[in-house]
Amino acid sequence: MPPPRTRGTALRQRLAELRGPDVQAKALDARALAALAANPGCRRRAILDGAGVNKAALAGALGSPSAFGQSQFALTRGNAFEAKVKADGGAELLRLVHERLDPGAEPPNSASVPDLTASGPEGRTARTALALREATEQGRGTWTLLDHPMLALDVAGSPAFLEPDAVVVHPDGGWTVVEIKSFPMLDGSADPAKVGAAARQAAVYVLALEEVAARLDPAPRVRHRVLLVCPKDFSNLPTASAVDVRKQRAVTSRQLARLTRIQDIADALPEGVCFSPELPAEQLTASVEAVPAVYAPECLAACELAFHCRDRARADGAVTALGRSVRAELGGLTTVEGVLAAARGEAGDPEDPAVAALRRAALLRTEALGAMCR
Amino acid sequence: MSLIATLARLEAVTTGRAQPAATVRHRRLSDRPLVFVPLTTAGEAGAPLGALVGTDRDAPRLLVVPQPRDRDLRFAFLAELADVVLPYIDSYADVVEAAERGETDPGTGRRVKVEVELCADAPQLIVPSRAGVDFVRLLGRSMRFRRTAEQDPETPYPAPPRVPLLGRWLTHFGERARVPGSSLLLALTEVLGRHWATGQSGLEDQHLGALLAWIAPPDGATGAEAALRAELARDADGQLWCPPAGPATDPAFDNKLLAPAIERYNGARTALAAAEDGLEADDRLGALTTAEREIHELVRSRTLPTWQRVWEGLDLLRALPEGAHVEERWTRDRWSFTGHRDRVVAGEPPQPRRDDAVTAANKLATREREQARLDAQEALDDPLVMAGRRLAGEAFTGEVVDVVMTYSEGKRPSPRPLVTVRTDDRPYLGERAKVFRSLGGKPQAAEFAGRDGTEDEGLLVLRIVDRMGRGKEPERGSVPEKGDLLCFTLFEHEQRGGAKLPDPEETPWTHGGPPGERTPEAPDSLTQEDVL
Repeated sequence: MPPPRTRGTALRQRLAELRGPDVQAKALDARALAALAANPGCRRRAILDGAGVNKAALAGALGSPSAFGQSQFALTRGNAFEAKVKADGGAELLRLVHERLDPGAEPPNSASVPDLTASGPEGRTARTALALREATEQGRGTWTLLDHPMLALDVAGSPAFLEPDAVVVHPDGGWTVVEIKSFPMLDGSADPAKVGAAARQAAVYVLALEEVAARLDPAPRVRHRVLLVCPKDFSNLPTASAVDVRKQRAVTSRQLARLTRIQDIADALPEGVCFSPELPAEQLTASVEAVPAVYAPECLAACELAFHCRDRARADGAVTALGRSVRAELGGLTTVEGVLAAARGEAGDPEDPAVAALRRAALLRTEALGAMCR
Repeated sequence: MSLIATLARLEAVTTGRAQPAATVRHRRLSDRPLVFVPLTTAGEAGAPLGALVGTDRDAPRLLVVPQPRDRDLRFAFLAELADVVLPYIDSYADVVEAAERGETDPGTGRRVKVEVELCADAPQLIVPSRAGVDFVRLLGRSMRFRRTAEQDPETPYPAPPRVPLLGRWLTHFGERARVPGSSLLLALTEVLGRHWATGQSGLEDQHLGALLAWIAPPDGATGAEAALRAELARDADGQLWCPPAGPATDPAFDNKLLAPAIERYNGARTALAAAEDGLEADDRLGALTTAEREIHELVRSRTLPTWQRVWEGLDLLRALPEGAHVEERWTRDRWSFTGHRDRVVAGEPPQPRRDDAVTAANKLATREREQARLDAQEALDDPLVMAGRRLAGEAFTGEVVDVVMTYSEGKRPSPRPLVTVRTDDRPYLGERAKVFRSLGGKPQAAEFAGRDGTEDEGLLVLRIVDRMGRGKEPERGSVPEKGDLLCFTLFEHEQRGGAKLPDPEETPWTHGGPPGERTPEAPDSLTQEDVL
């Protein structure tokens, strides 16, 4: 057996140990993979996600539960909209793909929708790969819609299974990822934050599709423009827009490559570190503390562990708890007490421009506030 | 964030209490603002769940959509909202004063003064957070293209009368909120965040409960503790102790309380529709009323805490004295309000979905100009803001140590006094750079003439160039005297308008050409199903 293989097996075993005995690995979905790109410097998040730790359960066990959740109204609406878009064998969906991405091809008057059911994620992945190959090799000149295919992506040595809303095979053999979202496209534009999240998610699917494509000969083209389908204005009628995900794809691809660092992070951990939510809070806190985190307020919207990390950052008096930008103007000073002492003239080198600016700022502020009290 | 603001935040961290970020109030607060606390349904655009609205802090009006996916119920909600908001707006539209406005005479092309009406005061809408402002804009967009049965008898689902009008007004408020320094529509978290620096990040300041916890923590608690409680504390039922300020609701509330209640309401409605005789229908109507009341109470329980916090926040802001230039900016808001009132009265169509090139460019230019105006005026009104500009090298204060009278060369010599100022500030002054000071509310300009001694001595020589009268001798009080404490800025105090843009009919081809005859905007495409 070649050495990389053993290394991979050893890592898998090590990650299972970190997760704790009898704890199922939480599968990484595209959303989680895309979120990795949000704070790439955070080792804590990298190892926890890489090991498949359920961060929400972990945060609860640490005593800083997260505030994430999804409303069932949003869920119902999302499902209803997706069903509407895919109704009639995906006629409307294919019409949109044709109109927005491939107007030169012949119109999709008929399309094949292969059955992708199989048992288990591995089975479904294999079935999807087969359907893609058949559609590409034998289905020249016709449209094919893959409804909820399953793709596998190798993440730090273990496969993550991903389920895009749909993949379309064009008559020319090219593949397109379709993302169906229930936020509205209002007068042709949608919430940029939500579109960005959807694009990052779609980029993960594109990467996974490219792996499938690379195994075919000749390798079909995976289009880097994905189709984002949303409700039009305030109705439930679908409208769509092509989104270029080249940038997101490059970023995610780089992040995934860096995830191999998980091995290094795991190697650096002391013996006995374990993130099982069954463990007492003190032991868990010590385990979590063993991996350095890079907390910034943006984490609150993206990571279940954020409230815990914020607590620690505040307890350490880290100035980044006030925002990443704060750090930039304070030079080498990283703690709240350090900055204030420097501003009061009790510490710091007056020759340091950051310290000099701080003292001036403190002086001007006191003067202005003094004027208010008079 | 300036270093001064960062220091304030760090001080807030150590003292456990928010620190002042302004010494005066930089926004107008109406004596009778209309507070609007809306909630929306998750995953649904333009499907309000309910709202508290009103001008009386003790008697808010509760509006609820018991089944947000039902078109008729949504229309009923919007009609009720119009019944509250439009009379409030109208009450300001009728009280006017005479004013003058400069206009270009179409015949001669000259600028002439025209006598026009200006509303004596303007309405003010207060929402809890920035998301609330977006929601006002969204509501406006969802309503302004609706057709009433009167406008178009053929329309499949006619909107109640006045709903399109409310849409136009909310759109106007939403657009005006994009102009820096305007106060027609305010998000409370933004205004509070402008005046206080908390010990948390700006991102966390968007949580109204947490922000207020830092500014006015309850007795015995630090801001951080109180803010954490506001963010995360839940009751035995798993519900947030401090519900989100909306319009989004907490998923735990949706799933655990609201969804079952709506389910019961649906059941009661179906049962009522299936009732076979009057007696049975009476019973079932009772059940429906009970189910509806239950949803009302749920919505009230989620909005009332926010409603009270908004008023507490307004109290805190009212305690600050109003900045000197706030009145002037409010007058601009009054012009904006009057202008829209006139467009509505003149029967103009609703604001288009997309602006034409000239309108869009004008809007952007206005926003840029108002931003510059706001920056200058806030600094002039508030020593703490000016301190930030001084730190940035954009202003300086100092004592006059010497005044030498000189005169300009030319036929009629004018006074050009040289004033030497000693300052500890480090302004970025180039050769002959212009600086300004405020003289009786008007800017007086001076030129930087050089330094007296080395840079460390901080002696700046300035040549005053205007506002000294027409005579050879300067008017009394127009020239600084030895011993005066002065504050000069490197930025201008008043903003000039930019180059005038062509009329929309004259739009050059580079910008799409003339927009052509304005065709009435089509109404939005509709969901065919009665229930989304």
